[in-house]
Amino acid sequence: MTVTIKTFDRLADAANALSSERGAHFFGGGTLIMRAINEADPSVQTIIRSTDPALQHISVSSGRVELGAGVTMAAILAERELAFLHPVARAVGGPAVREAATVGGNLFANSPYGDFAAALLALDATAQFAGGFGQRELPLEEFLGRRDRGTSLVSSVAFRRPPTDVFRFHKVTRVHPKGISVLSISAQLPVASGRIAGARIAYNAMGQTPLRAKAAERALEGRPLDAAGIAPALAVAADGTAPVDDAIASAWWRREILPVYLRRLLLGAVHT
Amino acid sequence: MLEFRKDIFADERDDSLVEIGQPTARQDILGHVTGTSPYYDDHRFANLLHLKILRSPHAHARIRSIDDSVAARAPGVKRIIRAADVPVNLNTLLSLIQFGKDDEPSLASDVVRYKGEPILGIVATSERAALEALALVRVSYDQLPAVLDVEEAIKAGAPSVNATYPKNTFEYYGKYDHQKLRFGDVEAGFRQADIVIEDRYQMSPIEHAPTETNGSITVPDTNGRYIVYTSTQALFFSLDTAAKINAVQSNQLHFIGGTVGGGFGGKVDTLTEPLCILAARLTGAPVRYRLSRHEEMQFGSPRGAERIYVKDGLAKDGRIVARSVRAYFDSGAYTRLSSYAVVKCVAHIPGPYTIPNVHADVYCVFTNRTPATAMRGFGVTALDFALECQMDKGAVAVGMDPLEFRMLNMYRDGDMKAHRREAKNCALIECAQVAAEKANWPLRDEFRRMSSRQGGSHERAGVADRSRTPQLASAAKPAPSTPPSPVPQRVAYERPTPAAPTRTAPPSPPPRSAPPSPAASPAGSTHGAPRFSSVFGTRRR
Amino acid sequence: MKTPIQFHLNGEAVATFVESGANLLDTLRETVGDLSVKGGCWQGTCGTCTVLIDGVPRLSCVTLAEACAGKSVETTAGLRRGADLHPLQQAFMDRFAAQCGYCTPGMLMAAKALLDRNPNPTRAEVIDALCGNICRCTGYEPIIQAVMDVAGSDNRRRA
Repeated sequence: MTVTIKTFDRLADAANALSSERGAHFFGGGTLIMRAINEADPSVQTIIRSTDPALQHISVSSGRVELGAGVTMAAILAERELAFLHPVARAVGGPAVREAATVGGNLFANSPYGDFAAALLALDATAQFAGGFGQRELPLEEFLGRRDRGTSLVSSVAFRRPPTDVFRFHKVTRVHPKGISVLSISAQLPVASGRIAGARIAYNAMGQTPLRAKAAERALEGRPLDAAGIAPALAVAADGTAPVDDAIASAWWRREILPVYLRRLLLGAVHT
Repeated sequence: MLEFRKDIFADERDDSLVEIGQPTARQDILGHVTGTSPYYDDHRFANLLHLKILRSPHAHARIRSIDDSVAARAPGVKRIIRAADVPVNLNTLLSLIQFGKDDEPSLASDVVRYKGEPILGIVATSERAALEALALVRVSYDQLPAVLDVEEAIKAGAPSVNATYPKNTFEYYGKYDHQKLRFGDVEAGFRQADIVIEDRYQMSPIEHAPTETNGSITVPDTNGRYIVYTSTQALFFSLDTAAKINAVQSNQLHFIGGTVGGGFGGKVDTLTEPLCILAARLTGAPVRYRLSRHEEMQFGSPRGAERIYVKDGLAKDGRIVARSVRAYFDSGAYTRLSSYAVVKCVAHIPGPYTIPNVHADVYCVFTNRTPATAMRGFGVTALDFALECQMDKGAVAVGMDPLEFRMLNMYRDGDMKAHRREAKNCALIECAQVAAEKANWPLRDEFRRMSSRQGGSHERAGVADRSRTPQLASAAKPAPSTPPSPVPQRVAYERPTPAAPTRTAPPSPPPRSAPPSPAASPAGSTHGAPRFSSVFGTRRR
Repeated sequence: MKTPIQFHLNGEAVATFVESGANLLDTLRETVGDLSVKGGCWQGTCGTCTVLIDGVPRLSCVTLAEACAGKSVETTAGLRRGADLHPLQQAFMDRFAAQCGYCTPGMLMAAKALLDRNPNPTRAEVIDALCGNICRCTGYEPIIQAVMDVAGSDNRRRA
């Protein structure tokens, strides 16, 4: 039995096909789906593709960034306006993977993959959906919580562009420059009058999907970014996480090093 | 960058070498850079069939039943290969040199003993068809208690892993459950020691992960012969193994290989050839059996994990007076090459150091893990890790510089090793001196002047000097009055006895205070007589 | 179900049929017969199967063959011009930048992708360009040196 491939010019048609066919998967850059096909994964029977240019769309206006789900890591690296995201895009595989891996695909990558999705989570991004009759937009956190149940097609993600130097990212790997995440931390750290106001921190590889570090965010509120100021946040850094043992690291190790790297990130000691 | 230090052992140097020291191109490099080197999978055959294997999902289980009736009717399936189809379904790799007992089936029939163990093969028109058919095979298992830890495995009452070795230890020479090394009296050594340090070292299995996974293609030839294109690192070894399992004469198999996409020891186990040949014999068609990357990681044998305990007795002046090693090699469910790794390990104990009292017990243990095999210095690498960690700790314990502590104890010419062989052509001290110089590591004068040629003696190892006995005639050549002039090519690897020392000898470590009692080292009297072969044990001379 | 596709392979037009869901690696090797592309993992992790598609490096094992219709594919088989080796091939030979040779075609294509776009890369850029390609013989340093040699010779030509 071979795989059935259906290619649609219009994203809306692809979305309809995706929601109406059982065992259908949307094909982004191929790094996840092709592997499943190569291994004859029986759950992958039908592949939906779309050549709709909307998928490749990047818009950066003064306040808002919108990325089509088919935008590749390489396309992000080529966009000067998205310089704050370059360290994240560069952390996704080597050059050949970056040419294939998409923003939308990263939302579906299982831990320890998904560094880009975690960065989007820290950016308070929303996911937009194509076609169908369901919801048109969801906060990313809500979407990630039910991504494996839905059949809606993510068409793009959008977020408010962070002010300069507010976004930070660090990926912990055993191999450099390219390695799979032991974990990664993304953070938006707006400072008003020397104190954090509205921090967003997200982790990858600290659970089945990227997740927010809400306890640490709350503990940072109103505090300065210095050793004493961040101490309460470090104490609760691992709250709400559920890392797993895998070939890259044990859950124990991930929990142990998380506050170490969070401290360095918050104090600006790691350069991204 | 490469540098030749011609000043060291200048009197022994031979500078008429043609190849050594000269850059030379690999003979296969043009093929590599043009993508034309013929790896096994770079051969194309019409109507090639593909073999895929059903593997155990359990570390230890009894197979209650296998139902392949639906799979047999699946599209593209040409043949199902079951355990009963394998002509000789029990083998051990080193049986080719009469070392160890046959203990491993090509396809498990009653019990699976590790996760990933082959159970059944499907030959189909494409890899995908074979994989889809495999998903239709129904196997019913009774899970059995698994043992995954070497020391748990040798406890009384532990689950028996391997029916051939029910006590979970490999059997040496038909009777011993481990390999021993005995030299001097290690307990007396510990009693004399000023400081005793002991630690435990645990290694993990390491997968070779060659970029080319294990695989082979078998093509039926005329006259009942089969041509086998293979990734093996050990062509004739694999040929004989495959012939044995298939119960054919080795001249019925024509193995073509030698271009290997990375091996590192992970391609000596003949993982694919026997079943690939069997599939070609049963179908009459060319068959490829190629491991997926997942199979390579799960089923491809890794470097074994060793657990090593080292106990050292140290004198305050920095001499190691006793070293005891107890180690357990995790062979996984079957033997492969860990039995041999143990022999290599024991031959390497106590490291490159002269120690008068050495004791070692090393076990090859079966567990319900993937069978382990060769990998780059296996048996030795892990031991060296343990010993050198121990050396660092020892240096701290006696308050010495870690390099000087090592140099004080390093083999020198004329020392007696724990295996009762005289140390010859030693150069480790000189290597340490150059390394220290390159790393700007300060060495005290006496260590900068230290020489492998000076200060060595049997007495340093607590053994009476027998260098004038006939067995060691080569070491008793009269000392030339002047350094020998360069000769075109040294044929014997014997260092000429140096001229009388012209420099001040470094302080030789004081001899061990009490020689071992004759009873404690009975082998001392047989020193030099039997010749030890790493695999066959004591061999006729 | 087989789908007809056409694309350019090393400058030559190729027309073939591919099985639905076939990857580019198997298509090149099994169907078109370009054996210079090697497969290492079939899961997009090792870089061994790197080819260039429209000039950018791609992992052919996780590239859908039918998505390559109309595109230009480059492999190691197309590097050589007659008897002349590509400068990267010569540099890999001179620098002993291959041991088992299995990762070499992928390394060459990853390096070519870099130099075609950036003839004067820094060492860090070379390392980044090769970072998706695994060499298990661990011969990375001579490979980096070989690519730097070619980059350097370009510099000399420009000077």
